[in-house]
Amino acid sequence: MEVSSHWRVRQQRYALVGEVCPHCEAKIFPPRDICPECGEDARTHFHFSGHGKLYSFTTLYDAPAGYEAQAPYTVGLVQLDEGPLVTAQLTDFGEGAPEIGMPVEMVTRKLQAEGERGMLVYGYKFRPQLQPS
Amino acid sequence: MSQSTNKDQEIFIAGTGITPAGEHWERSLRELALQAISLARAEAGGMKPEAIYVANMLAPALSRQSQLGALLADFASLHGVEAATIEAAGASGGMALRQAYLALRSGEVSSVLVVGVEKVTERVSAELEAAITTSSDADYESIHGTTQTSLAAMLMRRYLYDHELPADALADFSLLAHANGANNPNAMFRKPIKRETYQRSPMVSDPLNMFDAAPMADGAAALLLVRGDNLPDLGDTPRVRISGSGASTSTIAIHDRPDPLRFAAAAEATQQALVGAGIPLKEIDFFELHDRYSIFAALSLEAAGLAAPGEGWRYAAGSASGEDGYLPLCTLGGSKARGEIGGATGVYQAAEATLQLQGRAGGAQVKDARNGMIQCLGGMAATAVSHILTRVDGR
Repeated sequence: MEVSSHWRVRQQRYALVGEVCPHCEAKIFPPRDICPECGEDARTHFHFSGHGKLYSFTTLYDAPAGYEAQAPYTVGLVQLDEGPLVTAQLTDFGEGAPEIGMPVEMVTRKLQAEGERGMLVYGYKFRPQLQPS
Repeated sequence: MSQSTNKDQEIFIAGTGITPAGEHWERSLRELALQAISLARAEAGGMKPEAIYVANMLAPALSRQSQLGALLADFASLHGVEAATIEAAGASGGMALRQAYLALRSGEVSSVLVVGVEKVTERVSAELEAAITTSSDADYESIHGTTQTSLAAMLMRRYLYDHELPADALADFSLLAHANGANNPNAMFRKPIKRETYQRSPMVSDPLNMFDAAPMADGAAALLLVRGDNLPDLGDTPRVRISGSGASTSTIAIHDRPDPLRFAAAAEATQQALVGAGIPLKEIDFFELHDRYSIFAALSLEAAGLAAPGEGWRYAAGSASGEDGYLPLCTLGGSKARGEIGGATGVYQAAEATLQLQGRAGGAQVKDARNGMIQCLGGMAATAVSHILTRVDGR
């Protein structure tokens, strides 16, 4: 079990907490403490809205160990409205097919179950946007 | 990146060893490595190297074996020789070669053995996928169940979308690799494939199909590198030297890149290698790029400046038909047909390029090749290492 490694990033996983650069106002996710735009220190917390557009996606059939039970599943790259790209699974598409450019929003779901007695890892996934923001 | 002036300080390849890529159920990691080491040393007149750099990415996860330096020095009966692993995922081979180059250039050693080895058939597919995935961002990519193949598939989908290309736009890379692999006795697949085979092949991670992804294989390759003042008598075999070397990194996660379809590290590594060799791109005679996925081939060509952004996909067809202005690519089948040997890939590329420059490539021989460029990529091209190998005329 990797309890502490998941616990450390709980704010990111549950609430898309990143950073905003106090120098150039770049929005940063995942947090990296040094602004990728201007190279200055950037540790001010920033809550992302969870809204964005689909940049790309794919459906996996050959899942890595620990994810076989979920296969097949669809992962995507989401361009958040505030700028950054995020990697996450897509969910709640039902019979609908994802399309590049479509609006999506963050939801919290189970990412991984470490076996029957292991921990459950929760975090963000993205679904089709339900109502206009 | 200073240009070599003194021949004694130049770095030569005194021996190469290549083992067939494939599923070697009956052979262990150390046995595969020993075979490659023995071949390379034999070519170099039995020389004992002063240092060993092992290129490997998966042994700790798949074989529960680290400290490959000591393991292989011991097993190859090179007792006492300093040895260590160089790991940069799929770029480990190129990076080990570069570290050997730097060590030799420093003057501290006059011979280095570089051995790339990978043993991927120890585990079932899901465990292999999980091990390979460790070269992505664990906290922000892999936790979501991504694999390297799925990340490449997302790049491929966006590439096809941005440039309004048909689903089989990248097919020619696979066709080219398989046609070339037919002439390589060490390749895993030695049969050309038809376009219809590509078009009918099952999706692995849509739009990426089975022929867009190189198959993982066991294998080992080795190089014995020496300074010019330590070059053994190679008889009539043309001498090949490392004329340029470059390495660079980009973000480990593709979501952290300003433009995910630009392989910035690959562009930088290529430039460094060309500057080091002191030659322009047009003097390169063939390019062993890292076609782990067909989209990687297209983006590597664009990064190298051989194709404009959005035009890389056209290059394979021009290369295959030998059109003017198109370099031969993956001349011995690349990762697609030879097999993708993980951290050993860059060592295979260097050994294969040496065969080309020495005129020992058989049916795959590129005519009058003088300068060969090789490049291997780690993960989603987060690490890129490029080298230029040059044939030296006369003795």
